[in-house]
Amino acid sequence: MTVKELLDSGRFGVVNIGDRTEREITTPFCCDLLSIAMGRAPEGCAWVTVMGNMNTLAVATLADAACIILAEGALLDEVAEKKAKDQEITVLKTEEPIFDAALWIYQQLHG
Amino acid sequence: MTDAIVLKYEISPDDFTRAGEASSDVKGKLKQMRVAPEAIRKVAIAMYEGEINMVIHAKGGEITVEITPEQIRMILADVGPGIPDVELAMKAGYSTAPDEVRNLGFGAGMGLPNMKKYTDTMEIETELGVGTTITMTVNL
Repeated sequence: MTVKELLDSGRFGVVNIGDRTEREITTPFCCDLLSIAMGRAPEGCAWVTVMGNMNTLAVATLADAACIILAEGALLDEVAEKKAKDQEITVLKTEEPIFDAALWIYQQLHG
Repeated sequence: MTDAIVLKYEISPDDFTRAGEASSDVKGKLKQMRVAPEAIRKVAIAMYEGEINMVIHAKGGEITVEITPEQIRMILADVGPGIPDVELAMKAGYSTAPDEVRNLGFGAGMGLPNMKKYTDTMEIETELGVGTTITMTVNL
């Protein structure tokens, strides 16, 4: 599943559409501790988290995540939303728990 | 040997909104130079962790990145308090970060271990009250 296909699925709300939406999503990844995510987030992952600050975006960019999904109704603050636009990072949102959001992505990837 | 391309960045203290800008810039430049994606990812992660450490613990500092066809060397120099026990600081999970840093999702004691994990060499020179210089290389 590509980022574009994830966007088109309508499953999640759209906060920002970034560049490279043709990228394949490699796996869902769940983590709220940025220190851990920095070292462990797999390249091309759909990162599901409740952390919606500036640093989430920096970690996503540097660890090369395909997109961020904010779960449990978490949102980006105004400054972070601007940064997502500037840096062209795809950010989605959902009211669902982290596990449910990640499970759905896993099921799309693995049938 | 070919001359190295040298990039320099000033890191501002206590500015979490800007932390990561230097690492992002290096990442972009390495991409333009067509450096292998895996090497870029290693450099980006190691440098960002270092940058965050400089924002949290030191009063900012300077990062120098030297790029040659063989390797990327990052030199992170700060004038912070120094690290009293380097061995302890290298232990995953050991942290002296304040609460406000933890609230942002950092301070889990993974910074230095991540830097070591993602680089081919890492050296720490530190003196209490004077500062810390960390030199890391990633082979290409």
